[in-house]
Amino acid sequence: MPLTDLLSYEFMQNALAAGVLASLLCGVIGPFVVTRKMVFIGGSMSHSAFGGMGIAFWLGANPLYGALVFTLFAALALAFSGRKETEESDLYIGILWAVGMALGIVFIQLTPGYVPNLMTFLFGNILLVPRPDLLLAAVLAAVVLLSVFIFFRGFVAIALDEEFAQARGLPVKALHSGLLVLVALTIVTLIQVVGIILVLALLTLPVAVARELTIRFPILMILSVLTGTVMCTAGLAVSYVMNLPSGAAIILVGALLLAALKTVRFISLKKRGGRAVP
Amino acid sequence: MKSLVELRDVTFGYGEHPVLENVTFRITEKDYILVIGPNGGGKTTLLKLILGIEKPWSGSVTLRQGIAERMGYVPQYATLNRNFPISVLDMVLTGLVSGSTYLSSKHPSYRERALEMIENVGLQEKREERIARLSGGQLQRALIARALVSDPLVLFLDEPTASMDITARENLLDFLERMNRDMAVIVVTHDPTPFARTYKHILCVNRKTFLHGQGELDSHTLEMLYGCPVALLGHGIPHTLLRDHESDGDR
Repeated sequence: MPLTDLLSYEFMQNALAAGVLASLLCGVIGPFVVTRKMVFIGGSMSHSAFGGMGIAFWLGANPLYGALVFTLFAALALAFSGRKETEESDLYIGILWAVGMALGIVFIQLTPGYVPNLMTFLFGNILLVPRPDLLLAAVLAAVVLLSVFIFFRGFVAIALDEEFAQARGLPVKALHSGLLVLVALTIVTLIQVVGIILVLALLTLPVAVARELTIRFPILMILSVLTGTVMCTAGLAVSYVMNLPSGAAIILVGALLLAALKTVRFISLKKRGGRAVP
Repeated sequence: MKSLVELRDVTFGYGEHPVLENVTFRITEKDYILVIGPNGGGKTTLLKLILGIEKPWSGSVTLRQGIAERMGYVPQYATLNRNFPISVLDMVLTGLVSGSTYLSSKHPSYRERALEMIENVGLQEKREERIARLSGGQLQRALIARALVSDPLVLFLDEPTASMDITARENLLDFLERMNRDMAVIVVTHDPTPFARTYKHILCVNRKTFLHGQGELDSHTLEMLYGCPVALLGHGIPHTLLRDHESDGDR
């Protein structure tokens, strides 16, 4: 069946909508995650979500709501543990990461009857996103985008120079905590697309690609959104054509994009006899 | 002279250890104070208390009405994320973001003001350059432009000459002297020598503070402060601070 005909199916429409929502979020939040050096905080939140999904499944509830509760809890716990790269916060990043996974495995094991395929949670399946989950993702995306629009200057100020922001009277602790909550909401949306383990890649790969093309933060965000969209749609197509898992295909498309850009940049710099500036 | 900032009996520390005890002093209009003292003596902490980054355990920090928004701060540039994708102009514009303005949109006049400050520090050709590409001296000037864009009444600089060569340092000193006609200048430094011709007071900080006028300092006071011999060049300020005191610098 041609790819264009696939668009008439609801599951494919849902998949594309989920991909666009995920791209919007990873493009808007990813640059803050990268510049604030919060990549492993994101990893900790996404893995802690597995605990929530396991408990929700055991209770017979929607696993996405469990993920939402657990990532929000992780965000607040990490905000409370301190915003600097201290031993204390590093400790809690690791603990939340591992305990979340352990809880998820235990509760899925304790659930009587049909045991879902762990792979679905861990690696996601964009083709199986149901309409209600898509609506929840849309609501979360709206909250995240509106919040970033309102607090943009504050988020940029703390990402650039936290101490200066404090001296200018900005509520740095509240802004950092707010940003963590937005990362949590983003992760819940992204989990549906690429699963718990691959969320980190969707938060970082579009930013890494966009960074090769611009030095301006707002443009970095726009290019990250576009890169995410290319990754999700092309990944989906590759997944269909080659019969590959969709999450992995999306990530690999992004990795190939980055590798191609890096190669082109390296060759052009070699030709000019220059060297890369970070 | 009118008081801009006044500290009364301020005590503050980290954990259970006091870094500053019963500090009382004030900053007046157009003053030029050098803040000196050994590592860990509380120089930067004092600045953070004045700027509201830290809150005192006891005592009070009183700012003249309306001055909170008009305090310029040039931190040690280790606090800056140099890899953040931002141009010099946009970074200077962040100097206008404050607790009361960060939710509102940029005023059209902000850009003109930022450009004026960039020109004042001689970086007009670098205004669209990414901050990661600036040299240490250029970045320091960009940070000063960011501090000045809010039209401050008092300008705080933390170790501003640390990464500068002699020419850049001389330019900075001339610049600060000009700025001092309109605002108070407070400089935290390990090496007060270059400021000999411009300063008005020296504040010695080593858990307690002592304010001296120009030429008041003698070798005895400095040796008490640093706990070691200090050579004097003249102008009443030390030429070299012979060594740091790690035993005093645990905090």
